[in-house]
Amino acid sequence: MQSTVFTPWEDPDAKPLIRFQNVTKRFGTFTAIDDLSLDIYEREFFALLGPSGCGKTTMMRMLGGFETPTEGRIELAGKDIVGVPPNKRAVNMMFQSYALFPHLSVWDNIAFGLRRDKRPKAEIEARVAEMLKLTRLEKFAGRKPHQISGGQRQRVALARSLAKAPKLLLLDEPLGALDAKLRQDTQFELMDIQEKTGTTFVIVTHDQEEAMTVASRVAVMDEGKLIQVATPDRIYESPANVYVADFIGDVNIIEGRATPGEDDTYAIDWAEGEVPLQATSATRFDKGQTCYLAIRPEKVTISTDRPEGAVNAVQGKVLDIAYLGNLSTYHVELPSGMVIKAQTANTRRISRRSFTWEDPVWLSWTVTGGVLLAG
Amino acid sequence: MRRFLLIAVPYFWLLALFLVPFVIVFKISLSDIALAIPPYTPTLDFSAGWAGVRAFFSALDFENFTWLTQDDLYWKAYLSSLWIALISTAITLAVGYPIAYAMARAPEEWRPTLMMLVILPFWTSFLIRVYAWMGILSQEGFLNQFLMWLGIINEPLTILNTNTAVYIGIVYTYLPFMILPIYAALDRLDESLIEAAEDLGCSRLSAFWLVTVPLSRNGIAAGSFLVFIPALGEFVIPSLLGGSGTLMIGKVLWEEFFSNRDWPVASAVAIILLAILVIPIVLFQRNQQKQAEAEQ
Ligand SMILES: Nc1ncnc2c1ncn2[C@@H]1O[C@H](COP(=O)(O)OP(=O)(O)OP(=O)(O)O)[C@@H](O)[C@H]1O
Ligand SMILES: [Mg+2]
Repeated sequence: MQSTVFTPWEDPDAKPLIRFQNVTKRFGTFTAIDDLSLDIYEREFFALLGPSGCGKTTMMRMLGGFETPTEGRIELAGKDIVGVPPNKRAVNMMFQSYALFPHLSVWDNIAFGLRRDKRPKAEIEARVAEMLKLTRLEKFAGRKPHQISGGQRQRVALARSLAKAPKLLLLDEPLGALDAKLRQDTQFELMDIQEKTGTTFVIVTHDQEEAMTVASRVAVMDEGKLIQVATPDRIYESPANVYVADFIGDVNIIEGRATPGEDDTYAIDWAEGEVPLQATSATRFDKGQTCYLAIRPEKVTISTDRPEGAVNAVQGKVLDIAYLGNLSTYHVELPSGMVIKAQTANTRRISRRSFTWEDPVWLSWTVTGGVLLAG
Repeated sequence: MRRFLLIAVPYFWLLALFLVPFVIVFKISLSDIALAIPPYTPTLDFSAGWAGVRAFFSALDFENFTWLTQDDLYWKAYLSSLWIALISTAITLAVGYPIAYAMARAPEEWRPTLMMLVILPFWTSFLIRVYAWMGILSQEGFLNQFLMWLGIINEPLTILNTNTAVYIGIVYTYLPFMILPIYAALDRLDESLIEAAEDLGCSRLSAFWLVTVPLSRNGIAAGSFLVFIPALGEFVIPSLLGGSGTLMIGKVLWEEFFSNRDWPVASAVAIILLAILVIPIVLFQRNQQKQAEAEQ
């Protein structure tokens, strides 16, 4: 194994920092976390992604010590931590609601945890100053939480959780209220901190781009279960199922029936009277098995004429154009009524665009352009 | 114009219900005692015209206030009232805070019932409740009988007609005024703040001192003022439960007014009491205002 690449999850001898073992959490009769097992390794930047209410915060709260699992065990550095109170865990949490102390100034909020450790005054002052600088809050140190903006509050919460430099830092949607620029800066800042301090981060986010940017691994959750845990590129390029493919980024899903061909290639009958689509897949499909072809819009080429020698080509007309600045997404309607999205980079000025509404166009993609999924 | 009317209505009430009675009492405090109806002179006689008004004003003086400084009964009564009010406020806080805390932490569905229980005593007349305490605290009362039955004491304790009984009475009577504002403050307290404190290394107890108590400070202040202000002028409780040794200004006032029929001195006592109360009342208002600002 290469030593430069950080992939402890592929090393069978690596000891995970956090280990969820068949953890179930019920609130009354409602199951928030359902028999979940997960290993997170030291120095990882682990992102939890999933729709609202899927149990992300609940997982964080169990790690922080605010909820006890109904079943199963949670280990931190090899020790069972179920029943250990929050103040006895080397874990800090940034709360989704920030939970800033309204009676304390920004400065005192950040210093709160350091003071509890009875650190020397000079050290506390230095550390708080460092945190204020990091989160660009120097000017607001003397204000109370109700005297600053939502984004500033979020940064105070972040600074407060970072201040103690814990072994494990839990961030519940840490950057949701920040503007795009500051968010990006903070993301890189977080990655930088992580690299410098070697802290393990678990981050909850609704922003998949953010997860992709910062995380070493991403877990996609749904209804208290893990659907897929993998590196961002694997989640994106080879999603485990339609749910993950659909949840992460934009995707075209074409349903059809598989017919195995040579070299892991499959022919997919997807519409009456149309030429079957070709796709490769490492997983086996039986003849006639229902399958889903997931194609990312950026893998679909759009052209006026049918491209020479294209394996997969379909004709349609432009229904809609979404201009995103650097990119344009074309919504192309096929004769069957299905809409396929194709994305192109806007290298030319918009006035010189080759296609416009109602234009008949060809869409094409390669054999490996799509991913064949069972469900 | 409409705005003016809207403002005028509360000001009118304030004028009619506070300022006018105050001026009347203040005027009586400057008068002299007389064997007449009403029992003081001078009274304003408009039939005499301008000369009558002048005679009226020239007859007013600060004699009664001077008298209050000469007899040490009065300032002792003021001091003792302040002391008793202060101690009973502290005890009420010590008793009320845990009750309010327990209420705020109780399951949601229990809270209306608990709130009912706190307010329930108001359904019975205050006087009857104080009389009931006489029955409990007297030599042959329930408390002594119960303690003797338990074998804790052999001789009945003398509680009734002592300051202890006054403290018990005040704490019992004003407890709801302490509980309700503290409960309101604790009820608003965000649970995740306690969790954040624990997350940052606080034990349960230190989270309580560092987060819960400071954040319920406004409730504590409101409750303390609501107990302290009426307790200072309290008259019924010291007269019914207190003994001859219990010196409270409310009792002195009552005696001046009804036993001595000295309205002018009684009025002077009342004016001084009001002056003393202005300080905590202003502080109370400031606290309420600060609280309102903080909530915005
Ligand atoms: N104390 C509780 N009592 C009952 N149900 C709860 C409790 N806490 C959470 N739940 C439920 O558990 C589920 C998971 O909640 P959780 O807060 O973990 O969601 P989430 O993934 O963080 O969502 P979001 O992205 O909206 O923050 C939700 O359906 C929620 O209603
Ligand atoms: Mg959440």
